[in-house]
Amino acid sequence: MKKSALDFEKELVVLEEKIAELENRNNLSPDEQKTLAELKEAHRKLFQQTYSNLTPWQKVQLARHPNRPTASFYVKKLFTELEEINRPLDPALICGLANFKGQKIALAFVEKGSTVREKQEHRFGMPGPEGYAKFCQLIEVAESLRLPVITLIDTPGAYPGIEAEEKGQAAAIAASIETMLFARVPTIAVIIGEGGSGGAMALAAADRIYVMENAYYSVISPEGCSSILFRDEKQAPLAATLLKLTAENLASLGLIHGIIPEPPGSAARDPDSAAEMLAGTLQKTLEELLAMEVDALLSARHSFFLEMRF
Amino acid sequence: MNVNGNVNSAANNKEEILWLKCSSCKELIYKRIFIENLYVCPLCGFHYRIGAQERIKITFDNEGRKFKPLYEDVVSRDVLGFSEPEPYSKVLEENRLKTGLSEAVVVGAGRVKGKEIAAIIFDFNFMGGSMGFGVGERIVRIFEYAAEKNIPVFAFTASGGARMQEGLVSLYQMPRTILAAAYFRKKSNKPFISIFLNPTTGGVLASFAYRADYVAAEPNALIGFAGPRVIEKTIGRKLPEGFQRSEFLLKKGLIDRIVRRDEIRDFIVRWCV
Repeated sequence: MKKSALDFEKELVVLEEKIAELENRNNLSPDEQKTLAELKEAHRKLFQQTYSNLTPWQKVQLARHPNRPTASFYVKKLFTELEEINRPLDPALICGLANFKGQKIALAFVEKGSTVREKQEHRFGMPGPEGYAKFCQLIEVAESLRLPVITLIDTPGAYPGIEAEEKGQAAAIAASIETMLFARVPTIAVIIGEGGSGGAMALAAADRIYVMENAYYSVISPEGCSSILFRDEKQAPLAATLLKLTAENLASLGLIHGIIPEPPGSAARDPDSAAEMLAGTLQKTLEELLAMEVDALLSARHSFFLEMRF
Repeated sequence: MNVNGNVNSAANNKEEILWLKCSSCKELIYKRIFIENLYVCPLCGFHYRIGAQERIKITFDNEGRKFKPLYEDVVSRDVLGFSEPEPYSKVLEENRLKTGLSEAVVVGAGRVKGKEIAAIIFDFNFMGGSMGFGVGERIVRIFEYAAEKNIPVFAFTASGGARMQEGLVSLYQMPRTILAAAYFRKKSNKPFISIFLNPTTGGVLASFAYRADYVAAEPNALIGFAGPRVIEKTIGRKLPEGFQRSEFLLKKGLIDRIVRRDEIRDFIVRWCV
């Protein structure tokens, strides 16, 4: 695994490198064995200290961690037989039918890409109006085949570009939200990394909305909020706290249905376990929703939004 | 009075000022004529931004005196404890004093040329017309009210988008208002019409405003999902002149028509079928 570390993880990574170096050596002297044990103990403590009381800003950083799995990792790991819908073309939002543990489902996911080239190819996970139109198309197919819809969301936001505006980004998002709100099939939305504003909301008007433990879901990025309130981006950590954007914050506000736990040290450290935890929630939720009558589903979905009071 | 694309009755009561300089054509205009002309420059036609109270006055019968504002007690509060750079509750209070309004939108019912309609009127002077719970809830309720009475809904939108200080609660006003508009359309046989004012952006544009049966805009209004500065920062260059303006949107097929302020009463009546 490539060793990309956030600032607050650097000390930990230094220890990990030292431990790995000793472990890779044969015939450790008693002194070296003692050092190794000490290093491991130091690492255990520091690990605990680093990840047990993460600030909202640190969670935002983890949500954007270079080692954090992007949507396509989970898709490859958990879904089979992906049959893509490609009309209209959008590089960031991928839609199609797939198999999830024997259940045929309709899947939409925002892909950010991992390498520089992939990131550019996927426009850094920023869908355009074409993407939201494609998503509406997916829902139509899902309704006609009576398939549940799963969305995996990881986007800094909808694409703010000239063509996107010219082709009606705002209208596309509004239509996407309405289409999802009235979809006559079960719908599950998971924020797996970044849940950036309207671009994320467009895919998250679901029966069940989950946010992964170190993902965030916010009306505006902490940087954007900081530059409006404090005239520069340097106060992003404070803005992250003010915005109450962590999974924990959102669950206690009653805005989401649950938090999907991540392995120790976040999904970036153990993508496979993260995928298993995601799969567990998806499977349980699908079972629950598939047992419900469609009318009851829609009525509960609408009540969830319409009846909230603050 | 400062004519800087911004005219607001609560803030401008200095009667001694008789002449104004139009910020668009730079000509001097007589204030009384300017107001009689619905806050539109009589020389160049520039539409100045007006507050919700002026909008009511120029749109409804009897200079809006019989317009009935509804749900005025529905307001946002500081749910998140948003304390910086100053407490949100204090910001709300300041905006209430500044505008004489309790929220960034006025909803209510009134008559235009005798026809009863429901209206959603944003006031950009109140926190940039931003939509939080209070604004969203008022919109939800007025759609329910209009469905009940089977009267049309006209939304005059002017907004920077979702209100940051309420975090995701604000973003959730998008599905809430979309649902309300959708239920109105299902329950009633009357139209829901949006009139985008300068500026209409972000989460207000990308929600109920764009789910209307018919979408109009005042001349030269800035209308877009992303603000021009955000786009310029993303693409790394200046935007072309007129980009995201009403006339541009009309050409691109993103709105149905442009309605001048002096046409609005007739426009409304035409839709009261």
